[in-house]
Amino acid sequence: MTRFRIALHIVPRRGILDPQGKAVSDALHSLGFPGVQDVRVGRFLTIDTTAESAEAARQSARVMCEKLLANPVTEDFEIASVEVS
Amino acid sequence: MKFAIVRFPGSNCDEDALLAVTEGIGQEAVYCWHKDHDLQDADVVILPGGFSYGDYLRAGAIARFSPIMQEVIAHANRGGAVLGICNGFQIACEAGLLPGALLRNASLRFVSEPVNIRVESIATQFTCNYHIGQTLQVPIAHGDGRFTADADTLERLEGEGHVLFRYVTANGHVTDRANPNGSARNIAGIVNAAGNVLGMMPHPERALDAKLGSTDGLPLFTSILESFMAGAKS
Repeated sequence: MTRFRIALHIVPRRGILDPQGKAVSDALHSLGFPGVQDVRVGRFLTIDTTAESAEAARQSARVMCEKLLANPVTEDFEIASVEVS
Repeated sequence: MKFAIVRFPGSNCDEDALLAVTEGIGQEAVYCWHKDHDLQDADVVILPGGFSYGDYLRAGAIARFSPIMQEVIAHANRGGAVLGICNGFQIACEAGLLPGALLRNASLRFVSEPVNIRVESIATQFTCNYHIGQTLQVPIAHGDGRFTADADTLERLEGEGHVLFRYVTANGHVTDRANPNGSARNIAGIVNAAGNVLGMMPHPERALDAKLGSTDGLPLFTSILESFMAGAKS
């Protein structure tokens, strides 16, 4: 077994109103970044786990997201990285 | 008739739910702790409002894994009645007992106020003592109440009469201003396809006493009681 660190992004699905993202976007405009077009506020998770291989760790992460970490109705997830830790 | 009221760490409407049953309709109610494995032979389960597990991850997301929820899901799958109020609605959605999800209010504000909701269907065990189109005044108190579902699910809920309550103006009109949280189609409460699981963000258990402003929640509890009694006789 090898130790891995998995990094995950979970974000509100496009097309679903993200009021937090809208509020941050408005604040960034006020701060002087008129070029900001869209902001979506989500979650970033790091998970330390043991697994047989990086692919096995990635597969576990996918199941974790589908079953708990992301809501399939409203959120999308992305496995940003799986690295030996 | 016996009601089980599930208590999670962070539940805070459990006592109101108990009083709604014992004083509102004079029936027996017991508390079930989230670590319990037994619903104590209850006929109806109430998932009360609150902030179970601190709303960590998403409102209701962690509660669904508690031991008692496995019993609640089995109870629902047997056709047993489940009433999810506020956080209970969120938990029921996360547990897959109801379609859709409850997201952060569009205003980003926690909203605690009386609202008007319209009864959209009386063909259920939860609403049979209302009139169709009746406008009720019931309080809400939530930060994550924006009901969301994909377009197909919304069409199915509407087409099959599973939308039970909708946010409306005092005279019963569906408007954006009457929608306190940005819910799709002003939806305040839905029932599952089998008709035995109700989820709603407003608090009928807080609208049982004229001294507190409204008794419009009472027919929901008498509906459950009378439907059960009618079922027991037949």
